[in-house]
Amino acid sequence: MTSATTAHSVVEPSATTRRFAGSLVVLYAIITMIPLVWIMLTAFKSPDDAISYPPKVMFKPSLEGFCNLFTTRSRQTPEFIRSLGPPQGLCDSIARDRNMVVAGPSNYVPRFVNSLIIAFGSTVLAVALGTLSAYGFSRFRVPLKDDLLFFILSTRMMPPIAVAIPIYLMYRTIGLSDTRLGMILLYTSVNVSLAVWLLKGFIDEIPREYEEAAMIDGYTRFQAFVKVVLPQATTGIAATAIFCLIFAWNEYAFAVLLTSGNAQTAPPFIPIIIGEGGQDWPAVAAGTTLFLVPIVVFTVLLRKHLLRGITFGAVRK
Amino acid sequence: MNELSASSQITYRAVMVRPGVARRIRGLSDRTLAWLFITPTIVLLLAINIFPLLWTIYLSFTNYRANRANVPTIWLGTDWYQSILTDPDIWAAMQVTAHFVIWTVLIETVLGFGLAYLIDKKFRGHGLWTTIILLPMMLSPAVVGNFWTFLYQPQIGLFNYVVAFFTGRAASSFQMLGDVTLSPWAIVIVDAWMWTPYVMLICLAGLRSIPDYIYEAAEVDRASKWRQFWSITLPMALPFIMLAVLFRGIENFKMFDMVNLLTGGGPGSTTEVASITLKRAAFESWRTGYSSAFAIILFVTVFGLANIYVKALNKVKSR
Repeated sequence: MTSATTAHSVVEPSATTRRFAGSLVVLYAIITMIPLVWIMLTAFKSPDDAISYPPKVMFKPSLEGFCNLFTTRSRQTPEFIRSLGPPQGLCDSIARDRNMVVAGPSNYVPRFVNSLIIAFGSTVLAVALGTLSAYGFSRFRVPLKDDLLFFILSTRMMPPIAVAIPIYLMYRTIGLSDTRLGMILLYTSVNVSLAVWLLKGFIDEIPREYEEAAMIDGYTRFQAFVKVVLPQATTGIAATAIFCLIFAWNEYAFAVLLTSGNAQTAPPFIPIIIGEGGQDWPAVAAGTTLFLVPIVVFTVLLRKHLLRGITFGAVRK
Repeated sequence: MNELSASSQITYRAVMVRPGVARRIRGLSDRTLAWLFITPTIVLLLAINIFPLLWTIYLSFTNYRANRANVPTIWLGTDWYQSILTDPDIWAAMQVTAHFVIWTVLIETVLGFGLAYLIDKKFRGHGLWTTIILLPMMLSPAVVGNFWTFLYQPQIGLFNYVVAFFTGRAASSFQMLGDVTLSPWAIVIVDAWMWTPYVMLICLAGLRSIPDYIYEAAEVDRASKWRQFWSITLPMALPFIMLAVLFRGIENFKMFDMVNLLTGGGPGSTTEVASITLKRAAFESWRTGYSSAFAIILFVTVFGLANIYVKALNKVKSR
């Protein structure tokens, strides 16, 4: 044995093991990425390139998919199109090549905005409520604490469709059906159980002595919570927020059953983008790509918190 | 000096919140504060989770139909439960669901644990590749289901092209979503693609929780690598693997988004999982009472199975 190998601990894998493990993981990662990359490429194809066989890897980039995503078009006779003035903007000129004119904006932008408002609104609410309850459960003697905590967790086991009918009836009665507020409250209630459980783990880790010291210095309990505990729990709050956001951003079952127009989010909308003669794949791919971008960026930026959050949740259940 | 700092504190506080509110919050006992902190969550869960669940239970004993609200509601007792439990179609749906749960969980556990084991070797750049592997689970199951229908297109899809390329068959000779034997596997493939990273993460947490000194001791005892894996790694990581199985099992029992987008339950009823049956009864034929009863049966099943499983898990943990 050379000194170089003995410098490592016995539990360190050898260089060969590492290379072997690394190449297998990289292979898996590449295979896993192909569908994603493919959908992003399709977003920039023309409709003809998108449905060509064999599938085209090299193609002339086109923005037609994005134009079709953001606009609705109507078919016109060539004479009528010639009688119009010059095309207004890029999408209009793309549409005119196919004997169509832009009739107006599509519903994608409002659906996307709904997704943003509902996902962020419910995340903020769930994290806020979750933090307060987690602190309450972590620091105070609450009667029936374990039962309450289990009750909070068990609400997550319900299949969404099981409660969708009464929620539908209830929302119809109180006027919350197909509203953003209704969806925000609904997603908050689904997320809050996870938030309480994750955050309780994080807050349990913060020594009580910190608050006690603050209270001896004249802070009230509430001030100690705001000024001492909250800053300490930032990582936990960030990790929890990511999970809540991912859920609310991606949710489909409630959205498709409980919303029809006003408050509909993007996941139920993207699959129903239909072009002439069936699904308009470049437009669907463009819509999908735009929808994936925020969550992918978010994941890459916050991956450290994410790993920590999952680990905590797993260890503490 | 003391007075001075105390008064500056008060003015500082007054900037933060109105003095009346500040005084009220100051005067709260810990007990009141605890309830103040916990109540909003409980109220929200009662309103949007428990109340609807109780309502579902009530509806499951009636002939109520959500699209005919003015028809008088009649109490039927356990009629729906009896007809559901004796309905062969329902049992077929439950069987389809069970198959999905078993196959997806099995594949995801094997692949996920394998990946976690490899990533734990800490090769160069493992952080980057782990992040890439995690991406599918961050996506929306519905959107994923939708774009896989594109990849599965028999004439133009990439998946068919690749399989055809490697097997030498014609790409249009197999229809992943239209063939009775292939369509269940089409869904299993997508689910495994999407959720293997989730199992991997939990397993990775488990592997990282095994302290090094155990391996060092085994090394001193000259235990082979193979022996170390079977006697240390696997048993120590087992509670985590079981946890991942629990989470995936519960989720896949409720599987709806992906199936709804990929096959909608077809062809025939080969991929009609319980949630799809439920959705059809509830929101297409509007048999609210019937679907409520089915929902309750499903909930009780998940809850019961999860409870039995958690008992087993705790036994493994305390070992």
